Order: sequence, then structure tokens, then C-alpha cells
Amino acid sequence: MRLTCPICGDRDRREFYYQGDAAMLARPDPAAPVQDWADWLHLRDNPAGRTRELWYHEAGCTSWLMVERDTVTHEVFSVDLVERVDAD
Amino acid sequence: MVDLTALTPCSGLLPLRKGTVTLSELDPGRITSLMPFGGQRAALSAALERAHGLGFPAPGRVTQTEGATCLWTARDQAFLMGPDPDPALADHAAMTDQSDAWAVVLLAGEDTEDVLARLVPIDLRPAAFPEGSAARTLCQHMTVSISRRAEGLQIMCFRSMARTLAHEIADVMASVAGRRAAG
Amino acid sequence: MRIDGKGRVDRNRPVNFTFDGKAFGGFAGDTLASALMGADVRLVGRSFKYHRPRGVLTAGSEEPNALVTVRSGAAADPNTRATVQELYEGLEAVSQNRWPSLDFDVLGVNDLAAPFFGAGFYYKTFMWPKSFWEKLYEPMIRRAAGLGALSGKPNADRYEKAYAFCDVLVIGGGPAGLMAALTAARAGAEVILASEDCCFGGRLQAEDETVDGDPGATWATALAGELATMENVRLMPRTTVTGAYDGGTFGALERVAQHLADPGDAPIECFWRIAARRAVLCSGALERHIAFRDNDRPGVMMAGALRAYLNRWGVAPGRRVVVFGNNDDAHRTARDMHLAGLEVVALVDSRHDAENMAGDVPFYPGWQVARAHGAKGLEAVDLIGPQGALKRVQADALGVSGGWNPAVSLTCHLNGRPVWDDRIAGFVPREDAVPGMTVAGAARGTFATLACLREGAEAGREAAQALGFSGELPVIPVAEDEAYHVRRLWAVPGKGRAWLDFQNDVTVKDVKQAARENYRSVEHMKRYTTQGMATDQGKSSNVQALAILADATGRDLPETGTTTFRPPYVPVSIAAMGAGSQGKGFAPQRFTTSHEASVARGAPMVEAGLWYRPSYFPQPGEKTWREACDREVKMVRESVGICDVSTLGKIDLQGRDVGAFLDFVYTNTFSTLKPGRVRYGLMLREDGHVMDDGTTARLTENQWVMTTTTAAAGEVMKHLDWVRQAYCGAMDVRFISVTEQWAQFAVAGPKSRELLNGLLDHPIDDGSFPFMQCGPVSIGGLAARLFRISFSGEHAYEIAVPARYGASLFEVLLGRAETLGGGPYGMEALNVLRIEKGHITHAEIHGRTTAFDIGFARMVSARKDCIGKALAARPGMVEDDREQLVGLRPVTTGRELTAGAHLFDKGAEAVRVNDLGYITSVGFSPSLGTFLGLGFLRNGRARHGEEIRMVDHVRGIEETCIVTDPVAFDEDGGRLRG
Repeated sequence: MRLTCPICGDRDRREFYYQGDAAMLARPDPAAPVQDWADWLHLRDNPAGRTRELWYHEAGCTSWLMVERDTVTHEVFSVDLVERVDAD
Repeated sequence: MVDLTALTPCSGLLPLRKGTVTLSELDPGRITSLMPFGGQRAALSAALERAHGLGFPAPGRVTQTEGATCLWTARDQAFLMGPDPDPALADHAAMTDQSDAWAVVLLAGEDTEDVLARLVPIDLRPAAFPEGSAARTLCQHMTVSISRRAEGLQIMCFRSMARTLAHEIADVMASVAGRRAAG
Repeated sequence: MRIDGKGRVDRNRPVNFTFDGKAFGGFAGDTLASALMGADVRLVGRSFKYHRPRGVLTAGSEEPNALVTVRSGAAADPNTRATVQELYEGLEAVSQNRWPSLDFDVLGVNDLAAPFFGAGFYYKTFMWPKSFWEKLYEPMIRRAAGLGALSGKPNADRYEKAYAFCDVLVIGGGPAGLMAALTAARAGAEVILASEDCCFGGRLQAEDETVDGDPGATWATALAGELATMENVRLMPRTTVTGAYDGGTFGALERVAQHLADPGDAPIECFWRIAARRAVLCSGALERHIAFRDNDRPGVMMAGALRAYLNRWGVAPGRRVVVFGNNDDAHRTARDMHLAGLEVVALVDSRHDAENMAGDVPFYPGWQVARAHGAKGLEAVDLIGPQGALKRVQADALGVSGGWNPAVSLTCHLNGRPVWDDRIAGFVPREDAVPGMTVAGAARGTFATLACLREGAEAGREAAQALGFSGELPVIPVAEDEAYHVRRLWAVPGKGRAWLDFQNDVTVKDVKQAARENYRSVEHMKRYTTQGMATDQGKSSNVQALAILADATGRDLPETGTTTFRPPYVPVSIAAMGAGSQGKGFAPQRFTTSHEASVARGAPMVEAGLWYRPSYFPQPGEKTWREACDREVKMVRESVGICDVSTLGKIDLQGRDVGAFLDFVYTNTFSTLKPGRVRYGLMLREDGHVMDDGTTARLTENQWVMTTTTAAAGEVMKHLDWVRQAYCGAMDVRFISVTEQWAQFAVAGPKSRELLNGLLDHPIDDGSFPFMQCGPVSIGGLAARLFRISFSGEHAYEIAVPARYGASLFEVLLGRAETLGGGPYGMEALNVLRIEKGHITHAEIHGRTTAFDIGFARMVSARKDCIGKALAARPGMVEDDREQLVGLRPVTTGRELTAGAHLFDKGAEAVRVNDLGYITSVGFSPSLGTFLGLGFLRNGRARHGEEIRMVDHVRGIEETCIVTDPVAFDEDGGRLRG
């Protein structure tokens, strides 16, 4: 498997760390009911098809990435930076 | 007064020569990490240009001038190597001294790329990785910075892993030399 | 036997080798199989289950029978296919799976007991009684079955793994592959051409045919020579592409030095990971057998292999030859054998309307071979005519062709399923089964040489064009363009056992039985009979087995489908995949700057993550580690000790918003910390459990240094990157690891300041350096950092210098310490010191404990949000009956506590339902003269002073303990402030 890091380019999957579903990005409001928090942390769909996942380019630029890919065909549709704003 | 003596990261380990390839330690001089603050990349690049005659490198690139190199090392991060940094750079970037944190080695000789192809999962052949290129990647299990200099490929790993780096590279140097000997 | 005037081995270069200890001769260019055949050795192995005598079946990597062990001692390489192993001077090979000898094998009796050993035999027989399985059945079966054995010794041979990159990967070096590579390369693409064979040409090496007027092999060698001169072409002979993976990645196994008598430093094998933008699969086709009674006798071979041995190596397994087929290609074998002067006693073609294309040989259209005779070598063949007429012919070689199967395996590795093609009575690849890979030549069912050449060229051009390279099609050489006709024939009906999978001893009857027992799915049949599950993956038998299953279940072949092809296409040794990861290559080793000095002082080094740290520093006369540890603890409590703490993670943070950022990642507040001060912090995961702890120092208004534990440094860095990039994009925070920049040493004990003031260029005192102070200092003119922090509970500092001076500073510190009655201390003493003080490590914050559990609930600030705060407050996370951190000591002084022991009420039975907690850390406290423990006890904070029972079920130790506060020594902290 290979991923095209928006910063480093096409790289072997060994350079990346897999985290899990991109739902982690939508962190609940601190005042949200604790059930919302528990659902956010623990409940995941397990689709056969398109998923949005978090990967970390650990052995590269250290960017967190959002990867959209298909769990059936393994096709990778997009790789985006979690933090889109750079220093410039 | 106390008199402390300095040791380089690879002292006692290098140089090594096998087949067509030599692995030797480089003295990078002062290494300063530069991480531009929000919105400051252009200003930092300009300040670097004024103070040291080189710009802040794009991802995967090295900028260079006489006696100074600026090596891209991570997202929004580069290492100024060689000179003592102009303190004014601190207006635009977080700076840390990294001079002692890295083992810096040079792999040179005809089979250099073949040797690293056994450890590094990126294409380092000159056409894909010409002079001025830099990458953060793996060397076997270690994260490293690799860049191409005129003399060969520069590899940087954490100082504490210098022994492992020398071991890994020596091992595949022997393998590549063994292939040559076998025809 | 050798056939005069045939073959391309170099008869001027004899090569000596041994098989089962007996000396033989072959020639340069031979494989072990061809050399054995040349030396009239027909029996080369015994089958897996029935120990049937077996001979060479094929001429390639698909070989199921001729598996031998090559080399000896630690270098012994079992299950080497003799058909692939190139001969070298002095090669030693021994046969496998026989005892006492290949010729007389005791377990050959299995063959007589065969009626009992049918499909599912093991499943049905060895189920009861259950307890017999582990002790009796499994060891018995393991001894009886199996292939070659590993030597059991550490193998010093070198193996390698490597990465390669190209625009176009051409898989297969036959006519299609050569033309694909040439076309793509001429267009300017960077090409890798992998050939499983030691040379290029594929089937052309095995045939007597011409290309552009030259012998096919000569043409192929010349073209490979031309490709070798092109800078954008990399030829990889002896390389089998074993798997197709996501994103254009391919695995490939190169046999680098398996053909060399003395590999020297060259690796035996190399496992390649090839990233290709496009691939062209030209993997050719594999011939399949026809099942008939005793079709596994040595001397019965694939017809194409028989021809290959004749044309390439100039050998044959016998002089009287029968050829049996259901297709035109079988006729070529008869023709070539006849022209070479061998006696073709029958060409048997199951098609009644077939025409003889083999020349002047006895021809039997509409006939079939019903049975082979001869136990350890073929002696005769029974033929059966269209009306049931029987005829026995004497023969010592029988070539069989049930047709050719395109080698579709790689097209199926990403879930692709091949499709049935009636034209060739075989499965062909589905289009686009692997993104970016096209298939050309015999691999897609195109068998004529001319068409293979053309398809290869077209596929090469197409691959190059897809990448933006444009080029012309080269002139297609003049080559053979024979039609290929085949008519289905899978098994010849009749009594007796007709073999399908030779390696796993599966017969037609087994497959039918599986169907009868309702294992109707191919996947079930496969597992029930073990068809295709051996190292050859059923390459020459799967399709026949599927066809028989289809017939037995009343379905058509396409409907029955195939089993799943999975990587690797050929066996890959673990040594190659794990190359470089043995011994020191297993994981990086991290060494501190004081490593050599610690080793020189005799300290045993222990692993802490990837780091190596001293366990203790033995002194003359000390007999146990405990004596050294006790002394070191006392030394720190009474004078001064030195410990390298450089392994702790150090992260430099800068920017306007660092305070706010730290407030978010730590449970407690850091934004209020004044420059020059240090604060202890606790970090949670989002699920509310403790992730890590450590001190963070505010060096200046905008520069901070966080320390992490040694073990969690990488984890914390990843976490900080996540929090900043995912949640704090608007904050101006920059951070970087400075762990390796600084060599940092703890100077701990009542004499620590005295020691430092003898070293520092400017002395310090309580006013300038109170507890939890940090700041720049100067030592020998060198800028250093000093932190007044303490893990030991003593008046202590940590001093940091640039790492290049670490070794030197360590020696200086030790020298000074020793003059003050102190010295170095190791991990054991460090552990005891912190247990005395109730300080936690990852033994306590092991991933299942909360701030509440460790008694730090007050550190979770109520005034701000932080990572983990919401979920740390959920029901169940802050209940009194949770297991809470406590101190423990034995009621009887001098008795031992053990880590891992569980806690029970006195009088309660020590069983799971009564479990109240467990001990995480123990140590003997020389300061208090007793063992001390830390552990978690249900409602423990309310139970201080009570007695509790410790039971270590593993070590068989029981002890009554008193529950205490975790802090056992210097409870008011007077020593560290003093």
C-alpha cells in the first residue's frame, strides 16, 4: 500500500501510522452530555466501502492526514492534511 | 574550572569502507532548527536570505550557500546547518539548538543508492533524488533525514542511534559488495 | 539419460554433485532435476501423506514432487525445488520425507492403508478422546507427515530485502515480456524486467522453434543483451514476482546466490518490494495433468516438461516414450522426442477427431491412458480405446498434457476472480483485475509465439503511453503461429487411485467424497481434501479438481468457480522477508553518552524501550544486585548519587500560545507558570485514563521544555502533533524534540548542591535555586541548563549539557560524587527511591488507571477543558470502589512482597470474585528496613492502616500487608526542599 502525502509525495505505507476513523476530528463541546462524548470516542461504523481515516506520517513530515479510501477495493481517493493552514 | 571534552556521535564507529562505498562521519557545524511561527514563513525566508544568503526550503528541498545549508526536515521545519544563527531569526521562528542531537554521516561511492535501497523505502537514485533534494523517511526501523550533496548522500539519525545506523549500513554494504564479488 | 545432440548445457564443463550422499555428474547449465534425469535417477522424493515414490513432474517452480534439501548443516535449505535449483560444483542434495532411505521407506505402509486415509480422515479420526490430540495424535502425525526439516541451527547465511522503483514492471521474461520491456523502454519508460528463470526467453528456452530465423533461445538471449545495455532497463533474472499489492506495489523473490557454491557475502535470496506505476504481466502458462490410475509414477511427467528437458538440457527420463494429451501441444512433444531419436511408442490423443501433427509415430486418436505401471519407475502404460479396447505398451517415459492454464495468480491478489474461457478450457484473467496492470501472452490465453510477441509489444506500448511516453511498436519478429486446440478431459474413468494434487496426495475419489459429504463449495472442498494447499498451491492440479467437483455437484465450471489465489506465488523463505531484522537488526538500540562509562564500571545494562540503562553499579565484594541497590539507595539518601536521565523525552515548545496549549494537553494549569519555574503535569488520553506524566519547565516567557517518561516519549510527540494539528490549528505553538541534544544527569542527595557548587562557574543557593526552579548555568564556560527537580525525594537537581559533552560530564560528576562519599546509581536504586516516595511510573500508569485512581483527581482543573476531562468524569470513573493507589508493606518486617500479586481480604478465598486489586511495584527499602509496595486496592484510600492479604498465585507466595499512604518516606517532603 502506498499513500501520497500532500507534503512528501508518494510513500510506502511503512512510513505511516494508522489511527482510525476521522470522526475523531469532530471533538464534542466540553459542555456536551457525557453520552455524546462516549459515543464520539467509542462508536464507529464499519463500512464496506468508502471511509475517512486518520493516518500520521510518522516517519515523514509528521503531518496528520485524512485519507479517504475504499475498504473493499483499497482505492485511495484523497489524502488531505488535517491541519490545512501552513505557516505561510 | 571544569574542562569538558567533546565527542562526536560516531566517534570510534566510522569511517567504514566496503566494495565501492564509504561511510564517514560529517561535521555539520552548528545545527539550528527553524520553525516559522504562524504567517511568518515568507518573513523568515527573507530574514534568512539577509542574514545567511539562503531561503527557507520548500518541502523536500535543501537551500545552500557558501558555508551554510538549510535542510527541510519536517512540516514547517528546517535545519540551518553551518553558521551560528542570526538571533533576529527568532522574531519569525521558533529556534532550537540541534547541533548535538544528530549523527550526520555521508555515504559515497558507486553503489551508494544500491546500498540504501536495502534500507530506505524511497527512490534515492539521482534522477528521482537529485542534488538539492531532502527527505524524511525510514532507514530500516529508524527515522532519518536523507539529502543529496555533491559528494554523496547525507544521512542524519538521532545521536543515540549512531551505532545502529553504522551497523545497518555496514551490513548492507557487505551484501552489495558480496553481490559484486559474486558477479 | 543424456540425449546426444540435444540441449543447451555446456558439455565441456562437467559439474559434480551428490544426491543422498552418492556422487553424480552433470553439466553447467543443468538444474538439479535435469542433472538427476541425465544420471538416470528417477525416484527423487516421497509424497507427503502416503509416502508414494515420486519423480520429477515439471520443469519449473510449480514442481510438486522433486523437493530436496540443499546444502548441509546450519545452511541446509529444505523444500528446494530441484527443477529450479541450478547445479553448482559440489552441490549436496538429500531427499526428504523418507526413512530410512528414499528407496525403502517404512512409512510407505501408509500407501497400503490408503482406504482409511481418505478426505477428512484426520478430522474424523483424531477427534476423540479430546485429550489425546496434544499428547499423542499431533506429535504422531507431525512425525509421519511433512516435507523437509529445518536444521534447527542458527543460519549464518546472508539474506536481503530491498526496494525498487520503476515506471513499468514487466513480470516474466518470455517472448511477451521481452517485447513489452523493449517497447516500453524504447518509449523512454524506466523498466524492470523480472524473469523467474536464470535466463530470458521463457518457453523459448524449452522449444525447438525459430524467431526471426534464429533458434528462439538465441533470439531471446540477444534481445536480453540489448535490453541490458539500455540505461532505463533493469534486468532481474532469477526473480519471481510473488504478489501484487495495493498501490502498484509488488513483492518479488530474487535467488541471488542459491546457484553459487560459495556465496561469500552475497545474499542467498533477496525479497524485493517494487513500486511500479504500471505493470505488464507476462507470466506465461502452466500445464496441467490428467487424472488416471497411478498417474504419479516416476517417469510420468508433464508433456511440456518432457520436451523442455529434451530441448534445453538434452535429457529424458527414458527411451521408450508415450505422450498422452487432449490438445495440439502434446503433439509437439511427440514430434520433438521422435526427431531426437527417442522411440515414441504411442501418441495418445483423447480427441477422436484429432490429426497427427507429430510425424511418423504410432497415433491413437480417441484413446486415453488408463493406468501407469511400475512402482519406483514407469514400466508400462495401459491404453483404453474408444470402445473400451485395452492395450498395454512398455514405456519408461510418459508425457501428459491436459491443456495449459494461464498463470493468472497475480491478477487475483487484489480480489480479482478469473473468468472461464472455453476456447482454451481454462481460466483467463479478468480485465483490470489489478489497477494499472495489463496481461499479455500466454498469461491471458494467447499461446502462439507470434501472437505473444505482438501482445507483449502492444502491452508495453500501452503501459508507456499511460505514463505519457510515446513510442512506436517495434517490428514483430517472424515466429511460429500455430493454432491451439484443446478439448476438456480431466480424469480417465476407472478403478484405483487417480491423483490430482501430488504434493498433498489428493485423488479424484477424495474430491468426489467431499462433494458427497456436502463440501460443495470449492473453498470447502479445498480445505476438506487439502487440494492445492501444499507449497505448490496446486498449480498443476487445481483446475482438474474444480472440474471434478463441478461434475460431482452437477454444476458447470464457471459456476463452480476457483479457489482464491493469494500471495506468494511461490514459497518465500521467512529469512528473506525478515532479512536484516535478526539480532541487532531487530530494533534500533539507543545509547546514552554515559553508556561506555557505565559498562566499564561493570553495570549490567537493561533495556528501557529502545534505550539501554544501567541496572546497578556493582562494587567489589557485593555478591548480589540487592547489595548494590541497597548501597546506592543509602548513598543517595545520605550523600549524593549520579544518574543519567537523558532518556526521558524532552520537547521544546515555543510560541505565544504554549501556555494555552499546555493547559489543554495537561490536566492542570500551566499558563500561570512563571519563567524559571517547573511544574509537574499529568496528561490524559481522551478516554480519561492517564497517558503520561512529567515536569515542564518554563525557561523564558515563550520557551518551555516538557519532559516525558522514557517509554512514552514517542507516543507523547505523536499526541502533541495530533492535538495541535486537529484541535489547536489557530494556536501559535511550535515544538520539536530536544531529547538527543541534551545529556542530562540527576544529581541527587543531601550533598547535591555541594557537588554542583564545586563545578558550576557561579554557585547556587536556595535563594537562586529553590525547589522547582530552572535556569541557565555555566560549567567550564559551557552553557548548561539546571533544573531543581527530584524523583528520589532528595534535595536534587538535573543538569543538562549539549550531548557531545555528556560522556565527559558524567566522568566529572562521578569523580566529584566519589570524593563526597557518593557515586553512580542505576535503575534498581532509582526504582526503590521512587517507591519509598510513592512516585508513579508506567507500572502504575499502565493505561487502565485514571487521575482519580492514582489520587491526583485534584490535578484535573475544574476551570478549563483538557484532553480526557469529559470522559474522566463519566459514571464509573470516579467511584469509591475503584481500585485506588495505595502503599503496602508486610506486617512481618523482612517478608517479601511481589509485583503482580493480587490483594484479598483476610479470610476471603483467593479467587477472582474476591479480587480487590494488585501490586504494581515492589522494592526493599534500606531506608525503612522493609519491603515496600505500590498497588491498587478497591476503595484503598479509605483503608489505610488495615491489613490485607497478598497472594501471588504464580510464584506461590502469600503475605499479610498493611495498607498505607503511597508515600512511605519523608511524608512532608522536607528533604527535597531542604
